Amino acid sequence: MAQSLPRLSENRLSPLMDGYARALAARRARSLAYSAIFFVVTALAVLAAEVDLTKFFANIGNIGSYFDRILTLENGQRVWTDPAEWFWGWKPWGRLLLDTLLIAYVGTIIGAVAGFLLCFVASANLVANPWIRSSVRRLLEFSRTVPELVFALIFVIAFGLGPVPGVLALAIHTMGALGKQFYEVVENIDMKPVEGVSSTGASWAMTVRFAVVPQVLSGFLSYALVRFEVNVRGAAVMGFVGAGGIGQDLLEAIRKFYYSDVSALLVMIIATVVIIDLISERLRHRLLSMESAR
Amino acid sequence: MTARVAEGPLGRQARQRRAELEGRYPEIFSPPLLSRAIVLALLGAALALFLFGFWQLGFSFGRMWRGLGRLGDFIPLMFPPNPETWARTEMYLWSLAETMAIAFLGTVGAAILAFPLSLFAAKTVVRSWVLRWPTRRLFNSVSGVDTLIWALIWINVVGLGPFAGVLAVMTSDIGALGRLFSEALEAADRKAVDGVTSTGGGPVSRVRFGIIPQVLPVMASQVLYFFESNTRSATIIGIVGAGGIGAHLSEQIRILEWQQVSFLVILILVTVAAIDWVSGKLRFAIMGRAPAGAAA
Repeated sequence: MAQSLPRLSENRLSPLMDGYARALAARRARSLAYSAIFFVVTALAVLAAEVDLTKFFANIGNIGSYFDRILTLENGQRVWTDPAEWFWGWKPWGRLLLDTLLIAYVGTIIGAVAGFLLCFVASANLVANPWIRSSVRRLLEFSRTVPELVFALIFVIAFGLGPVPGVLALAIHTMGALGKQFYEVVENIDMKPVEGVSSTGASWAMTVRFAVVPQVLSGFLSYALVRFEVNVRGAAVMGFVGAGGIGQDLLEAIRKFYYSDVSALLVMIIATVVIIDLISERLRHRLLSMESAR
Repeated sequence: MTARVAEGPLGRQARQRRAELEGRYPEIFSPPLLSRAIVLALLGAALALFLFGFWQLGFSFGRMWRGLGRLGDFIPLMFPPNPETWARTEMYLWSLAETMAIAFLGTVGAAILAFPLSLFAAKTVVRSWVLRWPTRRLFNSVSGVDTLIWALIWINVVGLGPFAGVLAVMTSDIGALGRLFSEALEAADRKAVDGVTSTGGGPVSRVRFGIIPQVLPVMASQVLYFFESNTRSATIIGIVGAGGIGAHLSEQIRILEWQQVSFLVILILVTVAAIDWVSGKLRFAIMGRAPAGAAA
């Protein structure tokens, strides 16, 4: 095979090879410069984050032994030998998990409705006034940039301990995150129906209702489902700051070294999250196929 | 408004043609009863669950009213944002740098670890499901646990401080990044791989020269996205003692120093906006140069 290609003569080959080497050298130099910047930044970050690899390697055995301990019951047996003992608290924990799911659900609904109402006002193709548009956008940006736990911390002081501040914190964050995704969907719609409806003399609200909403609803729903998945994870840690759900029990179990409880709670949380993800993925695929069938 | 349209010439015309229009678009004038009932039932169920949630989680008008009143009391106290002393400002800025370092190292570490793992999870690279299935389960389980939970666990291993935060960000991102990486690998064009195979390349060169050049820009932009979102999560990781600005924030909220709180929140907002801007630029630069197939 190799013989079938005749070798180029030396005087034609050498300029090609030189050009190749030059191109390669330029690329190499650039990659080298980028790697140098990267290493400097990494070194600074290592200093700032007090990364101590000797401590890490001295304690690396702790990782194994920690997982060993959380998988051991108090009587020294492995946890799976006695599921009844392992999940002794399944009733209260199950109830807290349901609370967690409800926090995520109610928070997602409130946030999605608020984001839905605001997104049309933030869309450049529906609202010409830049002041209205950008003030709504700034509001959405603020509510998704401040971490939800910070809202939760503040709301816990205002509304008292319990799920209420957790729901409100998730709702505000969801409003910001979904509002942005929603107006991006709205800005990508087909404008012909909008022109058609507004040419009949319909008001702005009616145009939105009959020309925009039918185009965007399925996209909105699938974004809201993804956000619900994210919020289930978020609701699971709301308890860390006293804002309801299973987080409080998990925090206590980890801090007070109730080892087997830690693993039991983690297993329950992971299972819930995975199941919710699966269901939501199914629903989203169904939405997608409904959309393409139309 | 409806009235105006209906009275106008367009409305009159439409009404005259109503019978014809109804015949042509039956599904718009009288949608099937069943699908309507299903939509209504779903909406009703969603609403019922929502109301049940309200009741179960202890919402009440009195509580909301009092809470909003209290919010109204202390939101004015947040203005103007004021760190009071220069020493404090310096302390806050230092912990902000720590926050960014946590996000940076966590993201880089996660990307470095997730890449080889994602090769095992991609159908196009590893044919046998024996490796693929457990790797995917690992990704899902690891990313099902929030960063804060990982932070608590790592604190038990390496002690309080930002290093635990780095490890927490890293662990929770390995799952999500690994999943995205393996999806990118599966979406890569097979032709380049076939080309490498045809020149006699083995499995390693197939991945190195056939797949990686296609997916690297996609992966880089995903990593940048994660860096942005990790800056946000690194700001709260301090609440459980894993370093960064969150420790100050939660403490100032607990002792009701509202001017300090608003100063810290503004610091966070500015940092996040700056990081988003830089990373957006970088992403654009990377994807702008990327081959068209990989960008899709």
